[in-house]
Amino acid sequence: MKLDDLAQKTGEWMRGDGPESDIVMSSRIRLARNLAEFPFVRKCTDKDRIAIAAAVRRAIDALPLSSDTEYVDVAKLGDLDRQFLMERQLISHELSETEGARAVILDPQERFSIMVNEEDHLRLQVMQSGLDLSSAWKRMNELDDLLESKLTYAFTKKLGYLTACPTNVGTGLRVSVMLHLPALVATKQIDKVFRAFNKINVAVRGLFGEGSQFMGDLYQVSNQMTLGKSEETLMQRVSEVIPRLIDYERKAREFLINEKRDDLNDGISRALGILKTAKKISSEETMHYLSKVRMGVNLGLIDNVRIPTVNKLFIHTQPAHLQKLCGQKLSVSARNTERANYLQQHLSDSVDPKAN
Amino acid sequence: MKCQHCEKTATFHITELTDPNGPTILHLCEEHARTFFNQDGPPDPASALTNMLAKQLKLEKAADDLAAADKKQCPMCGITFAEFRKGGRLGCPYDYVAFEEDLEPLLVNIHGATSHSGKVPKNLNGSPERQFRLKQLKDEMREAINKEQYEVAGKLRDKIAAIETGQNENGQNENGQSDESNEEKPNDGPPDDDFQSFS
Ligand SMILES: [Zn+2]
Ligand SMILES: [Zn+2]
Repeated sequence: MKLDDLAQKTGEWMRGDGPESDIVMSSRIRLARNLAEFPFVRKCTDKDRIAIAAAVRRAIDALPLSSDTEYVDVAKLGDLDRQFLMERQLISHELSETEGARAVILDPQERFSIMVNEEDHLRLQVMQSGLDLSSAWKRMNELDDLLESKLTYAFTKKLGYLTACPTNVGTGLRVSVMLHLPALVATKQIDKVFRAFNKINVAVRGLFGEGSQFMGDLYQVSNQMTLGKSEETLMQRVSEVIPRLIDYERKAREFLINEKRDDLNDGISRALGILKTAKKISSEETMHYLSKVRMGVNLGLIDNVRIPTVNKLFIHTQPAHLQKLCGQKLSVSARNTERANYLQQHLSDSVDPKAN
Repeated sequence: MKCQHCEKTATFHITELTDPNGPTILHLCEEHARTFFNQDGPPDPASALTNMLAKQLKLEKAADDLAAADKKQCPMCGITFAEFRKGGRLGCPYDYVAFEEDLEPLLVNIHGATSHSGKVPKNLNGSPERQFRLKQLKDEMREAINKEQYEVAGKLRDKIAAIETGQNENGQNENGQSDESNEEKPNDGPPDDDFQSFS
């Protein structure tokens, strides 16, 4: 199993480059597809699920994909490996936790993954660093064409690609852009900004910790509708919103630099200090401070830390990653110690704002 | 407070900022919260959909209409409309045909549309009507064999073979393509036996 190799690396989508990558973490596109000859997953017998996985595997083997593309039988993976793939955003919670034959096809560079027997027979996913939906769609469309040449998809001219949930029927397309919006959060404008987007048919979600403590200041914007508009139009609806959000975030960052410079420096300096010196730290606290450090690096307030390193720390400090990286199962308490060690190793060269 | 998806304590409280019905708060344990950004729909599309369906259908349908719709059953996979409303997921592609009129208001509600415009696959053999016709013919053939009506069964076998090779039941080409479409057919499909599990 090459999952251990994967743990050492970070996927291309975490490189931290690409357009607007100081604010846009990643762009993702997924397509839901089903094989015409089988019922949807909830009505599949064990035999159906096995036959679907086998048909997909045959199709994949016959395609001109990179030779190190890997077919992973998820049913045979242990808890830690499944959680690891979830943290890496290569499989969903549903694929991890349901019973029966299921699989994921992994590109070693993590440019795409294909889930088999999730809610739909196939969930194709393409990932890209920064804001670059059009090249993500181009790669997705090619991958879909390849699979379609070997498999018969459930499709009608009226309703398009048929999916297990009517929320995905039509294009089966979900476009999502993950944004890092720490300054909008710090200036308490985030709710107001998103309320303004309420009526435009894009879904925005934020992740909050206990007591409204923000978790990493990460927000995801995605389309809600999948039927009645072309893939390009649906993508455009999401990508139209992004420059406005980027603009608001940049203005909020400028405001912090110009009007609240001491507070900003203090917050970033403390965040870096805690990450560098803590002896035990939870993943929630880590996300919270890493978010501030990420903004500090992007604003040129912290030296000797690179954005790809910060992006990597977001992923590698999660529980299953930590355990895979140190090669053993760890209790929550031992993980908090290991996480603090790991952060120190990677941030020891950093120079905080006071030194500037 | 317990996690909405399991028995663990909810330590994360996630706000859906753009839910059409106003902000909604989700209460999740660490593990379920962690997977939140992995998922591409709302965290639990099935329950959100079920709620919406239930609301909408109650508003628009009289109780006995709803009861009648709930009894409808898909002849391919056997799912009832009530089962779908409860679980939020359909049983097979043919449900879009079997429940067409009941699903339409739902599609309008979700997408503001009832017809697809977008990518079309090159291989159009995946329509649920075609799968349903194949199932019917196979059932008829099995019955003919049981009754030892071998001549009838033979004719049905020819019809099935014709459909499976991209022709219509009478052996004529459906899309005006040459007979070579037989070889172009990209997918062999599962062996016949698998259709039995589909009924
Ligand atoms: Zn939970
Ligand atoms: Zn059905």
